[in-house]
Amino acid sequence: MSEMLIRGADVLGQGRADLLIRDDVFADPSEADVSAEQIDADGLVALPGLVDLHSHLRQPGREDTETVASGTRAAARGGFTAVLAMANTDPVADTAEAAEHVAQLGRRDGLAQVIPVGAVTKGLKGTELAELGLMARSAARVRVFSDDGHCVADARLMRRAMEYVRAFDGVIAQHAQDPRLAGPDACCHEGAISGRLGLPGWPSAAEATIVARDVQITSLTRSRLHVCHVSSAETVDVLRWAKARDIPVTAEVTPHHLLLTTDEVVSYDPTYKVNPPLRAAEDVAELRLALADGTIDVVATDHAPHARHDKEHAFAEAAFGMLGLETALAVVIETMINRGALDWATLAMRMSTVPAHIARLPDQGRQLMVGEPANVVLVDPGARAVVDASASASLSRNNPWHGRELPDPVVATFWLGRPTFRR
Amino acid sequence: MNDAAPEASRVVLDAEQIARACARMAHQILEANRGAEGLVLLGIPTRGVVLAERLAKAMADVEGISIPTGALDVTMYRDDLRTQPTRPVGHTHLPIGVDDAVVVLVDDVLFSGRTVRAALDSLGDLGRPRAVRLAVLIDRGHRELPIRADHVGKNLPTAADERVRVRLEEIDGVNEVTIVRDDSASSVAVRRG
Amino acid sequence: MRHLLSAADLDLTSATELMDLAEEMSLLQGRPVKKLPALRGRTVVNLFFEDSTRTRSSFEIAGKWLSADVINVSAKGSSVSKGESLRDTVLTVAAMGVDALVIRHHASGAPRQATEWIDAHVLNAGDGTHEHPTQAMLDAFTLRRHFRKSEPGLADFAGKTIAIVGDVTHSRVARSNLLLLQTLGADVVLVAPPTLLPAGVETWPARVCTELDEVLPIVDAVMMLRVQRERMSGGYFPTPREYTIGYGLTWPRLQLLKPGAAICHPGPMNRGLEISAEAADAANSLILDQVAAGVAIRMSVLYSLLGGADDTPPPSAREGVAA
Repeated sequence: MSEMLIRGADVLGQGRADLLIRDDVFADPSEADVSAEQIDADGLVALPGLVDLHSHLRQPGREDTETVASGTRAAARGGFTAVLAMANTDPVADTAEAAEHVAQLGRRDGLAQVIPVGAVTKGLKGTELAELGLMARSAARVRVFSDDGHCVADARLMRRAMEYVRAFDGVIAQHAQDPRLAGPDACCHEGAISGRLGLPGWPSAAEATIVARDVQITSLTRSRLHVCHVSSAETVDVLRWAKARDIPVTAEVTPHHLLLTTDEVVSYDPTYKVNPPLRAAEDVAELRLALADGTIDVVATDHAPHARHDKEHAFAEAAFGMLGLETALAVVIETMINRGALDWATLAMRMSTVPAHIARLPDQGRQLMVGEPANVVLVDPGARAVVDASASASLSRNNPWHGRELPDPVVATFWLGRPTFRR
Repeated sequence: MNDAAPEASRVVLDAEQIARACARMAHQILEANRGAEGLVLLGIPTRGVVLAERLAKAMADVEGISIPTGALDVTMYRDDLRTQPTRPVGHTHLPIGVDDAVVVLVDDVLFSGRTVRAALDSLGDLGRPRAVRLAVLIDRGHRELPIRADHVGKNLPTAADERVRVRLEEIDGVNEVTIVRDDSASSVAVRRG
Repeated sequence: MRHLLSAADLDLTSATELMDLAEEMSLLQGRPVKKLPALRGRTVVNLFFEDSTRTRSSFEIAGKWLSADVINVSAKGSSVSKGESLRDTVLTVAAMGVDALVIRHHASGAPRQATEWIDAHVLNAGDGTHEHPTQAMLDAFTLRRHFRKSEPGLADFAGKTIAIVGDVTHSRVARSNLLLLQTLGADVVLVAPPTLLPAGVETWPARVCTELDEVLPIVDAVMMLRVQRERMSGGYFPTPREYTIGYGLTWPRLQLLKPGAAICHPGPMNRGLEISAEAADAANSLILDQVAAGVAIRMSVLYSLLGGADDTPPPSAREGVAA
């Protein structure tokens, strides 16, 4: 029996208390053993372990860029105790066997709970449904399905997928990008900057039109929709409309879309090439408002590791994606907490409780109370540091924050009682 | 060049002396060439061009015919291009071809000889003159190459750290040659040919 | 000047100096010995990821006439498919000890990215749909000579109106020309169907018009841009004939031009599509002069980049994506 006594933490910013971790749950601190290890958490905030609905762990297929081991190590450093691993691996996770393989890797190597996301369509090709039911019934118990990287563009297929997963309380997570309005060459936000730089871009309309269509399909099918990585004010408008009508749609925003704009691409640095692209300052402002008022339900990282030889190309030819697990909390603190737009309790909802609920994870996002699973992260709200990409736990280095001063919040992360990161 | 603390500057040629030197050189050139036939005057920018035009006019007054006159910019042929940021290039104008001509290079000051060396190399790429002669208003000594002038307006012994300043009315509004003591560190680096 | 990546890198003074220098350089074409020693010992590599015989030979001659050692490296065929990153390709070439890289690439921004990786001077010979600064320079140089025929000593293009007509969205020549003409003081009008005007064009320093017939009578020069027939499949315009009738410099449209107004085209031309044979061969067409100006302009640019001391210190140990 191992015990860890966390003394004097500010629990969700709502008052100081002691937390006793005994094995994998919280126990009554007054019963702490004298031999228990103690952490002085004076000045630290305690949050439920963060849950990332959207991450790319690249295993199987691109172990040179990330593995379940390295990705969850990065996650633990970022305060995450659960990570959903997207299906665009090689081979694609579109069968029960593939999903169970990823879950098994998570059990063997993971420093956080790893939940595989299943593909919506076979091979992510967008034409035939993948074995959604078998993935749901498998030991991996897949509940979140996504073709992320690709849009489920066929409206009829989207309808069928949503209807089908209703049987087991699944959710379809859509990568909203109309392939006709946003062609394969589009590599950034379509606007004044892309026009000047001679880069083919795609307009916000290509995202908002898909979301507008999908919320109608959601209403029709009475199933659940989740919108990945919302990037534009136009999409936020659609979400407000849908939620006002109680349509069961949830949405996520990435940390980079809360802080970075399309101005970053002026240097043609592919570090800032991401899909959906960084957009204008007006979009960033609207996304922050939406995250504050709950129109956007969660923050999800879209952690996308890439090898240097896939990024060091001309901008239009480089791979899309940025790292995000280690810096997500820092960016949300910087853009939301430090600007007074969110308090700690609401941040805990956005980054732990609600994602856990969307993914139907029973042990995550719980209250920090006696009897609950001991998934907790201790946060120093005032610490700051200059981000050093080379110090990352990720195997990749495509880090948009390198050289920037940001909060350096995570002091310790505990997953089911086990310390997965200690500063 | 900024005018710092009291410069010891003295006038070594005034307007009248410059005019007489030019007239004398014009006669010498015609004498050495036994007339004007085949002569082409090429001035080295900037003030060499003005001097060449003055010599041509003086010679035309004597011989009654006009002498082909032009400009030969030598910037691209300098041996010290890499020591300073990219230099602007002046205008080259050849009034006629130089093949088989007697080219008289004209410059205001002869110093190290490097400018003339560059001019000879430039001339070599433009054609094959029958002969090349050099006329300078001032020869101030301190040659670094085996170059000598055929026609000199004035021999002027100088110290290496002195600066010879030629001013001509067409460019500077006044005609005079002065020597200035130049203590600035750049004086050696900026020395002209 | 360390690099020439964009026409915006030049201000009025430097653009004028480059054109004046090109006048001197153009005299070389008539000489028996086409050689100036200014770049002797310098090595220039033409690193072309996109075919272009004309531009490449123009740079090659320009370098050789200045006595530089010029090498052509063809990197055609996407480096992505060969598994070699752009950075690797650029570093490998630069590692041989070159003084300047002249880069043409099918993707916008590649020359700018290269400057982050190497110490050599970088000259943009055309990057994707972004810019082609030496083309703009030679267009301006050709126009200046044309204008000086009736206004000797003309210093800049103040008071001149110049139209750029055609596929502005996909044209690097249009972007560079707009920037440079604006620097030179000209009033620029862009003429195109709305589908061929780029996003954000309302923020550009130019007027925009969709009616060519309204613009032709007031311009001192019209620059026709090449239109690719492939654009039809992207839905940019319905048929070639509709394009020509709406935006082509047809023979009837020639009559609308002011006397003395110049016609330009960066080439290669689609005779009969954006420009009629009559316009291309008209008395006031400068198209052949544009071609002839290329070497002189590129000589002046190479001399400006390489003809003096390398006083600018190379970028120090870069941060950025650390290993």
